Amino acid sequence: MAQTTLKSRSRQIYKPKLARQVKEKVIEFILFLAAFSSVATTVAILYILIKESFLFFQEVPIVDFLTGTKWTPLFVNPQYGILPLLSGTLMSAGVALAVAIPMGTIAAIYLSEFATKRVREIAKPALELLAAIPTVVYGYFALLYVTPFLQNFFPKLPGFNILAAGLVMGLMIIPFISSISEDAMSAVPVGLREGSYAMGATKLQTALKVVFSAAISGISSSYILGTSRAVGETMIVAIAAGLRPNLTWNPFDQAATITAFIVQVSLGDLPHGTIAYQTIFAAGLTLVLMTLLLNIIGHFLAKTYREIY
Amino acid sequence: MVINNSHEQITSIPKAEVADLDFYYGSFHALKGINMTLPEHSVTALIGPSGCGKTTFLRCFNRMHDLYPGNRYEGSIWLDKDTNILGRKVDPIEVRMRISMVFQRPNPFPKSIYENVAYGLRVRGENNRRLMDEKIEDALRVSALWDEVKDRLNESAYNLSGGQQQRLCIARALVADPEIVLFDEPTSALDPIATASIEELMSTLKDRVTILIVTHSMQQAARISDHTAFMYLGELIEFGRTKDVFNKPLNQQTEDYISGRIG
Repeated sequence: MAQTTLKSRSRQIYKPKLARQVKEKVIEFILFLAAFSSVATTVAILYILIKESFLFFQEVPIVDFLTGTKWTPLFVNPQYGILPLLSGTLMSAGVALAVAIPMGTIAAIYLSEFATKRVREIAKPALELLAAIPTVVYGYFALLYVTPFLQNFFPKLPGFNILAAGLVMGLMIIPFISSISEDAMSAVPVGLREGSYAMGATKLQTALKVVFSAAISGISSSYILGTSRAVGETMIVAIAAGLRPNLTWNPFDQAATITAFIVQVSLGDLPHGTIAYQTIFAAGLTLVLMTLLLNIIGHFLAKTYREIY
Repeated sequence: MVINNSHEQITSIPKAEVADLDFYYGSFHALKGINMTLPEHSVTALIGPSGCGKTTFLRCFNRMHDLYPGNRYEGSIWLDKDTNILGRKVDPIEVRMRISMVFQRPNPFPKSIYENVAYGLRVRGENNRRLMDEKIEDALRVSALWDEVKDRLNESAYNLSGGQQQRLCIARALVADPEIVLFDEPTSALDPIATASIEELMSTLKDRVTILIVTHSMQQAARISDHTAFMYLGELIEFGRTKDVFNKPLNQQTEDYISGRIG
């Protein structure tokens, strides 16, 4: 008797239920769509950038584009050398990183190793608030406050300059670096810290020699992310560094960045299909390739120095 | 509770003497009135069921509790009769330079094998390469690791097996000539073969240092220690020579524990 009930019940259990299967499939499909949409967007953007740039490079030799020292696409005798925009981008990013990497790292070490729990609970969100300020606000801050302030010390500093834009951009990037680095350092197991203290190490020795080196992979990815932000940042440089392409390695000069140029052209009313219009795709592709390269380096670094505890 | 400690007198010279030690995690009274001597150049084992306070007691010796807020010591631990480790004016860093520690799980730093051992010298500001090479080779030889790693001192310590990593941690703890080495269940994360090699190593170490070891395994305590302290609920119940404590325990609770009735 007992066996027969068991058999009949087991037949019910193993019979597939249509409703359940359909529900599972539908959910799976929705999840797939959500994941696919971001990949599809990336691919579509890359496709358009490459297609339009291809048209551009049929008119302008790629060697001229990469080595030319003049960027004057809107002039009567247009010249398409990306170097002036590249120098503006690299200089402003360089100034920003010179601020953000040391400050962000020091803030992370302080928050993770020295601050009391209460200080950390207040200071960390406050620091992350810096990243929530719209970049256009930073841009006007640089133009209207930082530049005049710097002019007290450097009277010849022009109204638009790389220095002020870079310094303020550095401020904006600090939380990206400090937050990720702090997470990486907090994730270092307590056993490693205690191992260091038990050897007679001080707090500072433990923080720098053990915790920092154990978290180096997370810290280096925060630097890469900060660099990508600096290279891709638009509003601050467009407002405070000027819009004149200028091949210079002097931070006291004004210079347009790739992003600032794209803003300038997008705002103008250029007819579709002209070479001047297509320059923004070539410039955009250059920017994408730069950040892509940075991300690949970051991925490689994270893999090489990945945390093994 | 009557604490019966009247085993045969321990004759060796005391390296450290614990006097009326109480310890609090915040308001939790974790160690209660502990009195004990740590005989020099011998292995002393702390045994007892989980939560009895043996690791807490061990970590008093190198002031590890100072790392976390809210912890409080009362009483004293006299080192060589003249320094109270728990004294208010004593710098925990100075204590840790004389009393080093090996942890439950091997915790090598993310550095090379050489730099792991060198760490104890580097934090003391030592930079003389020849002296460091000498000290490091000596520490690795004593830890029975030298022959396995001498050709790959610059490789990451994470390439070593668990047992090798733990011996590396022992070398790290020995390199700066500590007087006492604390072992916090050093073999609980290791397989039996690695455990055997660490136990063998420990018996050779007592010529150089005084050893205090927390162990979960009574067999291990019986195999390697000269003296054994049994702790229960934050109190030191019984302390004496290992063969006395195991063969003729004076206290009923000790007997219950070593015969497997509690714990």
